[in-house]
Amino acid sequence: MALDRWIALAFVAMCCVYGYAAFFTMDDLLPPILQRNPIWPSTFPKILAVAGIIVGMLVLFGPKPATKEKVEDDAVIDLSRLGDYHIWQAASLLLAMVGYAIVLRPFGFLAATVSFLVVGAAILGERKFYILIPVAAIAAGVIWYLVQEVLGIFLSPLPAFL
Amino acid sequence: MLEGILIGLAAAITPFNLIMVVAGCLIGTIIGMLPGLGPMSIIAIMIPVAISIGDPTSALILLSGVYYGAIFGGSTSSILLNAPGVAGTVATSFDGYPLARKGQAGKALTIAAIASFSGGTIGVILLMIFAPALSSVALLFHSAEYFALMVVGLSAIAAFAGTGQVGKALMMTLLGLMLGTVGEGALSNTPRFTFGVMELQSGFSFITLAMAMFALPEALFLVMNPARSAQAAATGKITGLRITRKEARTIAPVIGRQSLQGFFIGVLPGAGATIASFLGYAVERNLATKEEQEEFGKGSIKGLAAPETANNAACTGSFVPLLTLGIPGSGTTAILLGALISLNVTPGPRLMTDEPDVFWAVIISMFIGNLVLLILNLPLIPYIAKILSIPRNYLIPFILFFTLMGSYIGQNNSTELLILVAFGVIATILRFADYPLAPLLIGFILGTMLEDNFARAMQLYRGFDFILERPMTLALLVIAALLVVLPSYRARRARLRAKGVADGD
Repeated sequence: MALDRWIALAFVAMCCVYGYAAFFTMDDLLPPILQRNPIWPSTFPKILAVAGIIVGMLVLFGPKPATKEKVEDDAVIDLSRLGDYHIWQAASLLLAMVGYAIVLRPFGFLAATVSFLVVGAAILGERKFYILIPVAAIAAGVIWYLVQEVLGIFLSPLPAFL
Repeated sequence: MLEGILIGLAAAITPFNLIMVVAGCLIGTIIGMLPGLGPMSIIAIMIPVAISIGDPTSALILLSGVYYGAIFGGSTSSILLNAPGVAGTVATSFDGYPLARKGQAGKALTIAAIASFSGGTIGVILLMIFAPALSSVALLFHSAEYFALMVVGLSAIAAFAGTGQVGKALMMTLLGLMLGTVGEGALSNTPRFTFGVMELQSGFSFITLAMAMFALPEALFLVMNPARSAQAAATGKITGLRITRKEARTIAPVIGRQSLQGFFIGVLPGAGATIASFLGYAVERNLATKEEQEEFGKGSIKGLAAPETANNAACTGSFVPLLTLGIPGSGTTAILLGALISLNVTPGPRLMTDEPDVFWAVIISMFIGNLVLLILNLPLIPYIAKILSIPRNYLIPFILFFTLMGSYIGQNNSTELLILVAFGVIATILRFADYPLAPLLIGFILGTMLEDNFARAMQLYRGFDFILERPMTLALLVIAALLVVLPSYRARRARLRAKGVADGD
């Protein structure tokens, strides 16, 4: 089964959960006075859930789309050669982003940003740390100044314990 | 109209707003040149900046400057590197890159700039004529028609956008609508689908969603496939920006035709700059003489002027439904709509009467933006193009960092960043399977409005009767159904014919 059908299956499953919540759990909380309203908070989600299941089924069981001519282009990602791509680099970068989300508050903006930029570039294979670290530090400082002082959005620069 | 233009001039020509236009165009050009960042991602990144300006006029002026600049920057990298940063400028590289390889990069850039300028300017004039007319019609609409109109818009987007697979596009639209129902609804103030998570009370932030749908997957693709960044060395100096009078005479009719055609394609929901540029290229190729047709694809100036004019005219055209009906026709205008709502401006037919200064200032600033691109950016291009030589080891972490910042600044909440990464992964998988993502975002942004109008119509007519009692609503809904059903019906017939099975009519 091709990836797009797996996604359609997941979508139908999600619609079932969504529909279950809309049909069976949401209306219990509705105060009696609102029940005389022609439209409930659950009305629109109910329509969406039914439509979603129908469309999902159509994609899931629909005929295979006419296969397009294979375009030989380096810039297009070919799923059958997935192993050839730098998928681990992409995954580590995503992990670094999650790490950034976790340490942003406790470490403060400056430390978290400098380490994210350095780690990110290191994952991609940059080894000239004597250039990389100053660049990351200057960038973090400039961006902090722009956001905090120019735009006036609070961004705590230092670790939480300082 | 003259009065409106004067109001717009007064609002747009303040020193601050002029700085905004120039800054927007420059930022847009610089970022738009980078591979992997299209106008949608750039505008999404700029939204927190625009919102913190506070004044909706200046914010919108900044964002539309960024939009124009991004398209222009995209054509620059198409011409110099054969690496279009934006789908709308792919057709530009067909003839722009061969010209650059012949050593005529300067000339190619000038033609692109002139074509963009003319396309954009003629588009703005058409916008000035059509927007007021359309919005006076739109004032007759009730919430039932609005509901139906949005359904038409969504199904048109599903039918025209993406890879021609209506089912998939429709699925993404529905997913967007469902994501839009998370959080407290306007209808009842009861939290829906939050599953007890506090952070979801206010729903998903559309900036986060926009970043996760466009900027993040594109950056991940750059990581996974180094060939995509195409650091094909922005070699040599760019000289010879001048074009001859003969060349100007050759491209003038092309620009005239494509401005009109591009604008009207841009007005249609779901079509937009990409389709306009490809269609413009194809049409001009068919209209050209035999000898000129030979040139197409090898560095024809007509083949360069056509898509450039068409994509800029289409960008302007896509503002028509946004400003008059409040319904975005493309991913980019959907993001602009989200920004407007955050700034407390509701686009729609009342925008022209209630806030004429916003409406006209934006239109006037489009003129100024086009002018800035022509006279300021063009001479600067040889220097700006240096940015293309930033090594990707530095570029990619910064792109990722800007997506993180964009969604963090909006909410000041680091849970938002985890949501961003989660949606980014989902969006990347969806991109792998060829699901179009613009319908998802448009569905998400229109979802709340769709439900509000639906609820109002239901309350006025005490149930679903409004569909039958208002003929216009019924007609619009029938159009919406046809838009969805027709392409799949035609595909089915084509498939049957391919199999050699006779079809029934």
